[in-house]
Amino acid sequence: MAGQTDPHTSLFSPQEVEFMAEDELVEIVPNMNMEQLNFISGDFGRFIPQIPTKVPLWLAVALKRRGKCTFRPPGWMSVDNLTQILEAERESQSTFQALPFSYVEIARLLFDHARDDIPDMYMVRSLVEDIRDVRLHKLETNLGSFQGTSAVKISNVSAMEVNIVRPFVIRALEAFYKHDKPEADVDRDTRSSRQQREANNEPRRPLRQR
Amino acid sequence: MASNSEAGGSADYETLMSTSDVELLKRAWRNEKAAPEILQYEGALVQRAKEQIELVEETIEDYVENGIDPLVVSLYQMDLDRAQFLLRSYLRVRLLKIEKFMFHNLKSEEAERRLSEQEKVFATRCADDLAKHFEETVLLKLPENYQSVLKQSLISEVDDMVPQPHLDTFVVCRSKNFVSLNLYEEGESPETVEMERGDLYFIRYKIVKGAIESGQIDLI
Repeated sequence: MAGQTDPHTSLFSPQEVEFMAEDELVEIVPNMNMEQLNFISGDFGRFIPQIPTKVPLWLAVALKRRGKCTFRPPGWMSVDNLTQILEAERESQSTFQALPFSYVEIARLLFDHARDDIPDMYMVRSLVEDIRDVRLHKLETNLGSFQGTSAVKISNVSAMEVNIVRPFVIRALEAFYKHDKPEADVDRDTRSSRQQREANNEPRRPLRQR
Repeated sequence: MASNSEAGGSADYETLMSTSDVELLKRAWRNEKAAPEILQYEGALVQRAKEQIELVEETIEDYVENGIDPLVVSLYQMDLDRAQFLLRSYLRVRLLKIEKFMFHNLKSEEAERRLSEQEKVFATRCADDLAKHFEETVLLKLPENYQSVLKQSLISEVDDMVPQPHLDTFVVCRSKNFVSLNLYEEGESPETVEMERGDLYFIRYKIVKGAIESGQIDLI
């Protein structure tokens, strides 16, 4: 049901993260004629054969599935670019390379629906997976070296990656913050947060049935 | 067909996307989901979105009757579904928060200001029902001093049975412009954190609360 993701696993379900990514614009080449589409989310088209046009990802996938267009893979998805990025990721222990915020979701959708439109598809796919692994591993090791602060900068981390580490990082940072505060505050905090947790359980239970 | 806030035509797609109602609704939905407390109700936005959705629903019915290409119809339907999902999820997330912090929302003036009229009605009715339920099942059977829904006992100075939103939790945010924020309250140690445009931060919610309300920062 909309809005009912379990807050203990992660804030957004993977489907919701994908939903947000689906508004990203991608380039397609239609193979048919169609009038302009006046959506709530914007105006797209006209669609003329062989003339490339930019549409949201969800629309592109829908058209592709009905055989009405082909994809133009985004510039960052070339074998050269990805190899470069992979090397740079492996070299640096603490910084992340600049990738589109929704690169995981975009790559996933393209692999699922538009394999034939990507040159060297297998190479590209293995590169993207390697990049994902290196980045996730980097995130995990960096998490071990946290200090207590009120703000942590995480540049160039992508949407999916943020969503995965979010619950853990939030609990860790909260614990750091609580223990860093002076003693008097800590007592008041633990007492009120204990009560919060007990009181919170009541209203939550009826909503959890799925 | 209802048009979006900026002029169409040869407009740059980027600016069109960034000011469309759907984009605004998506932002509101994301912020609402990520924030620990309830945020200001976007009444005008919800109203506009509802109108546009109803208009498209009628248009789709017309199209189906007139035998327009089913492909086009199904695409309009998909766009409609997406907009409806955003609207519904936004309202549902708010309802979830209202239920979770029911008594707090009615007590605190600041929180009450952020609810829409219908939400206020819902919250009062819900709180009344819950209070009555507690009273009938448990509270009236307790000794005199402990019968309040809001306080643990008559000697409590504050309403300590009321769960409050946990404002010290951390959130992930991205700022749209350069913004400089005070890290600590009451001038304990005036450390600031400076966010460039597009930086991602894990940060304590209290610090960015004002910036979110003014629209400078988005929650992710």
